[in-house]
Amino acid sequence: MNLNQIMTDLSYFIPEMILTGILLLVILFDLFQKTDSSIRSGYLALGGLVLVTLALIGQDVSTSVGIFSNMLAVDPFSNFLKILVSIGTMLVMWMSFNSNELKNRRVGEYYVLLLVLVLGMYFLVSATHLLSIYIALEMVSIMSYLLSGYLKEQVRSNEASVKYVVFGAFSSGILLYGFSLLYGLTGSADIFEIQAALSAGSVSPALMMVILIMILVGFGYKIAAVPFHFWTPDVYEGAPAPITAFLSVAPKAAGFAIIIRFFNVALSSAGNPNMEAWTALSNMNWQAVMGILAILSMTVGNVIALQQSNIKRMLAYSSIAHAGYMLLGVVVADQTGIAAVLYYAAVYMLMNLGAFFVAIHIKNEFDTEEIEDYKALGYRAPVLGVIMAIFMFSLTGLPPTGGFVAKFYIFRALIEYGDMYFWLAIIGLINGVISLYYYMRVVKAMYFGKIELPDTVHQAPLNVTILLGVLALPLLFAWMLGDPLSTLAQNAVQFFIQ
Amino acid sequence: MENHLLSIVTFLPVFGAVIIALIPKEKLDIIRWGAAAITGLQLILAIWILYIFDFSSSEVQLQEHFAWIPAFNIEYFMGIDGLSAPMILLTALLSFLAVFTSWNIEKAQKGYFALFLLLDAGMMGVFSSLDFFLFYIFWEVMLLPMYFLIGIWGGPQREYAAIKFFLYTLFGSVLLLLGMLALYFISEPHTFNMLILAEHSSQFGNALLLGMNAGKVIFILLFIGFAIKVPIFPFHTWLPLAHVEAPTAISVILAGVLLKMGTYGFLRISFPVLKDATLWFALPLAILGLINIIYGAMAALAQRDLKKMVAYSSVSHMGFVLLGMAALTPAGINGAVFQMFNHGTISAMLFMLVGVVYDRAHHRDIEGFGGIAKVVPIYAGVTAMAFFAGLGLPGFSGFISEALCFIGAFPVFTWITIFATIGIVLNAAYFLWAYQRIFMGELNSKYENLEEINNRELFALIPLAIITFFLGVYPTPMLNLMSSTLNSLVEAVKTAGMVAGL
Repeated sequence: MNLNQIMTDLSYFIPEMILTGILLLVILFDLFQKTDSSIRSGYLALGGLVLVTLALIGQDVSTSVGIFSNMLAVDPFSNFLKILVSIGTMLVMWMSFNSNELKNRRVGEYYVLLLVLVLGMYFLVSATHLLSIYIALEMVSIMSYLLSGYLKEQVRSNEASVKYVVFGAFSSGILLYGFSLLYGLTGSADIFEIQAALSAGSVSPALMMVILIMILVGFGYKIAAVPFHFWTPDVYEGAPAPITAFLSVAPKAAGFAIIIRFFNVALSSAGNPNMEAWTALSNMNWQAVMGILAILSMTVGNVIALQQSNIKRMLAYSSIAHAGYMLLGVVVADQTGIAAVLYYAAVYMLMNLGAFFVAIHIKNEFDTEEIEDYKALGYRAPVLGVIMAIFMFSLTGLPPTGGFVAKFYIFRALIEYGDMYFWLAIIGLINGVISLYYYMRVVKAMYFGKIELPDTVHQAPLNVTILLGVLALPLLFAWMLGDPLSTLAQNAVQFFIQ
Repeated sequence: MENHLLSIVTFLPVFGAVIIALIPKEKLDIIRWGAAAITGLQLILAIWILYIFDFSSSEVQLQEHFAWIPAFNIEYFMGIDGLSAPMILLTALLSFLAVFTSWNIEKAQKGYFALFLLLDAGMMGVFSSLDFFLFYIFWEVMLLPMYFLIGIWGGPQREYAAIKFFLYTLFGSVLLLLGMLALYFISEPHTFNMLILAEHSSQFGNALLLGMNAGKVIFILLFIGFAIKVPIFPFHTWLPLAHVEAPTAISVILAGVLLKMGTYGFLRISFPVLKDATLWFALPLAILGLINIIYGAMAALAQRDLKKMVAYSSVSHMGFVLLGMAALTPAGINGAVFQMFNHGTISAMLFMLVGVVYDRAHHRDIEGFGGIAKVVPIYAGVTAMAFFAGLGLPGFSGFISEALCFIGAFPVFTWITIFATIGIVLNAAYFLWAYQRIFMGELNSKYENLEEINNRELFALIPLAIITFFLGVYPTPMLNLMSSTLNSLVEAVKTAGMVAGL
C-alpha cells in the first residue's frame, strides 16, 4: 500500500479525522476548566459533533469504496448509520446537560468518553475486516463500561459497570474464538475473501454452525438479544440515566449495522452490488437461527417487562423486545427488510430516547423512578404527560405514531417475503399486543385513578420541552407528510462489495 | 368544496379538539358549547352530504383521491356509497346528541370534550375511507380516545374495563393488519384500494397462504378483527364491562356507532373483496348470528343491572344484523344495514335513559326501584317508547329491519331463522319485565322525590325518538338510500359464487 493510496483513503476519512481532532481539543480544553465550569467541555463536544455530522451529511457516498486495504467501507449504509448514531449522541448530550446525576462533578471526561464511543461506532458500522470489527466492538464496549460506572461513588453504578465488564469480556472472548476459527478455516480475515472461501464450500456445515453461534453471541450481546441479554436490566438501572438512554439506542443501532453487514456480506451470496435480495450460503441457514433469536427476544423481553415496577427496568426489558422486532427485519435480508430495520432503528431512537428523557426529568423533579409514582402526572405536568403518552403509544406501535409505521414496514417485509415468515409476523404482532399492557401502565398511572387536581402545574424548563418536542413531533407527523425517512432508509441499503 | 366534503366532515372534529385544548379550563360553558357547535356543524354537513347524494346510483360518490405514500401505493381515498352514507349520518347525529348527554361530566371537562371530538373524527374516518390502510389508521386511532374516555371518566371498575377493551380490540386489529398486508401482496398490482381489491376478488380465492386457500385464511383473519368489534360470541366479553363502566355518552357512542364498525367492516371489505370465502362462511356466520340473538337475550334476561341488560340487548340485536347479512339476499342485507342504523338510534336512546335514572338514583339495580312511573311520568313514557322500540314492536323502525332480516334469511337458512324468532320473544320478555319492575307496582318510598327528566335530556332523546318512529312508519327513504349499493353487492357476491361453482 503506497502513500498515494493512503492519501486517497484519508480523503474518505475526513469526518472521523475531524472527530478525532475535536476529541483531543475537548481533552485539552477541559484541562483549563474548574469542576463547576467543566460543563463547557460538554458544549464544545456537542458543537464539534454537530460539525462532524454536517461533514457526514455532506460526504459523497455515491460510489462505495473500501479504505485502508478493505478494513473499512465507506458506503451509503455506513453513512446513514453514522449520521443516526451522531444525532442520537447529540440528543443524549443535550439531555445530559439537564441531568441532576451529573451535577456538581467533573463532566469533561464524560463528554470525551462519549465522543470516543461515537468514533468506535463509526468504525463498527463500516468495518469489513474481522480485526476492524473486533477493535471497533471493543472500543464501543470499553467506553460503555466506563460510562455506565461514571457515578463512581454509587454502588448501583459500580455494580452496573462490573456486570457489564464481566458479561462483555466473556462474550467478546467467544466472539474472538469464533473469528479465529473462521480465520483458520478460510485463511483470511477480510469478509469478502471469507465470503469467497465459504461459497466455494470448503467448510463443513456443522462446524460453520458452531462458528455462527459464537459470532452471534458476540453481536447478540451488543444488541441485547435474548439469551445474551442478562446484563441489560442491571446496567440500565445502575448507569447514569442519560447513558442508559444512550446505550439503549446508539450502540444498539451500531450492533445491528455490523450484524447486517457481516451476515449479508460474508455469509450470503449476492449477484451484484445493488442487489435486491440476498440468499444465505447453502448449509448456513443463519436466517433460521436469527428468527429464533427474534422470537425469544420479543417474547422474553415483553413478558418480563410486564412485571417491572421501575421505569428504567421496564424500558430495559422493552428494549430487548424491540431488538427482537428489528431482528425480524434482519431475517428477511432483502432490500425492504433491511430498509425496515434502519427505519425502525431511527424511529426507535426518537421514541426510546424520548421516554428515557421524560423519566430523567421526572427523576430530577420528583425524585422517583417507580411507575406507581407517576400518579396524576398528566395533571401535575400536562405537557410532560401528553408527550410521555405519545412515546408510550409509539413504543407500543399504535397509529398515528411513527412506532406504528416502523412496525408496519417490518411486518410488510415479512409478509412480502411469502408464507415462510407469515408465522413470524403473527408472533411479532401478538407481542405488540402484549407490550400494550405494560406501556399503558405508565399512561394509566399518569391519567387514571383518583384525580386530585394540583394547585400548581409543573412546567418543564424550556430547553427540555424543546428537546422533547424535537423527539415527539417527527414521530407524530413526519410519516404523514411523505415519509422522508423511509426514502433515506431505502437509499441507505447499499453495501460496499468488493 | 363539495369535492372535499368528506374530509371536512372527518377532520372538523380534529380542528375542534385543538380549539378546545386551547380554551382555559375554567371556561366550562365555552368548552361545552364549542363541542356542541362543532358536532352540530358536522351534523349539518352530514345532512348536506345526504342531500347531494344520488340515491339511485350504486357508484361511490364524493370521491377524494390522491397518492399519499406512493412508494407503497397507499392512497388518501375517501368516498361514500349507500352503505356508508347511513353510517355517516348516524355518527354525526349521535356525536351531536352525545355532547348534550355529556353535559354533567364532573371532572377535567376540557380533556373529555377534546378526546370526544378525536373519537368522533376517528369514527367518521372509518366510514368514509376507501383505502384499506387509511381505514386501518382511523380504526386504530379511535382506540386511544376511547381508552381514555372509559379509563378516566368511567365507573368504579373503569381501569380494568378500559385496558380490557383496549387489549381485545388491539388483538383484533393486529389480525386485521395481517389480513390487510396479505391482501396487499396477493393483489397484482399491489394495492390497498378497496374498490380495486374488490374487482380483483378472484385472485384471492386462487392464491395460497400458509398452504391453504388465501381467501379463506384472510377472511378468518379479518373475521376475528371485525367480530371482536361487533362483538360476536365468543369475542363479546369486553362489551358488557366496557358499556357498564363507560360514562353514559360514551356508552351511547360505543353501542350506537362502534359496534356498527364490525359489521360495516364485513360489508365493506370481507364481502366484496373475498366473495368466494364469504359464500363459504355464510352458514357459520348465520349460526353465530343465531347464537348472538339467543345468548344475548338470555344474558339480558338474567341481569339486575339495567345498563348491563341494555348492553346484552345490543349483543342480541347485532345478531339480527349477522343473520341478515349471512343470507346474502337483497332483503336480508338491506335489513341488516337498516338494523345497524336502527340499533344505533334505539340503543343510544336506551343508554341515555339509563344515564338519566343513574344520575338521579346513583344506582341501576332493576330490583331497587318500583312504581316510579307515578313520580316521573314523562320519563316513564319516553322509556316505554324506547323499550317498545327495542323489543321490535311494529310501528318502530326496529320492527321493519328485524322483519327484513328474517324475510331475507328465511328462504336460505330456514331452521336457523325459525330458532332466531325465539329471540324476539326473549327480547320482549326482558324489556317488559324490566319495565314492570322499575315503573309499575308499589312506589318505592326512597324515590318519592325523584326528579323528572329535564329539558336537556329530552332534547337529546326526542330527535332519536322521532327518527325511530318515522322510519318505523315510513322506512322508504332509508331503504332507498342503501338499496342500490347493497343490491349490487349481493349481486356481485352471488355471481362470483356461480362462477366458482358454489
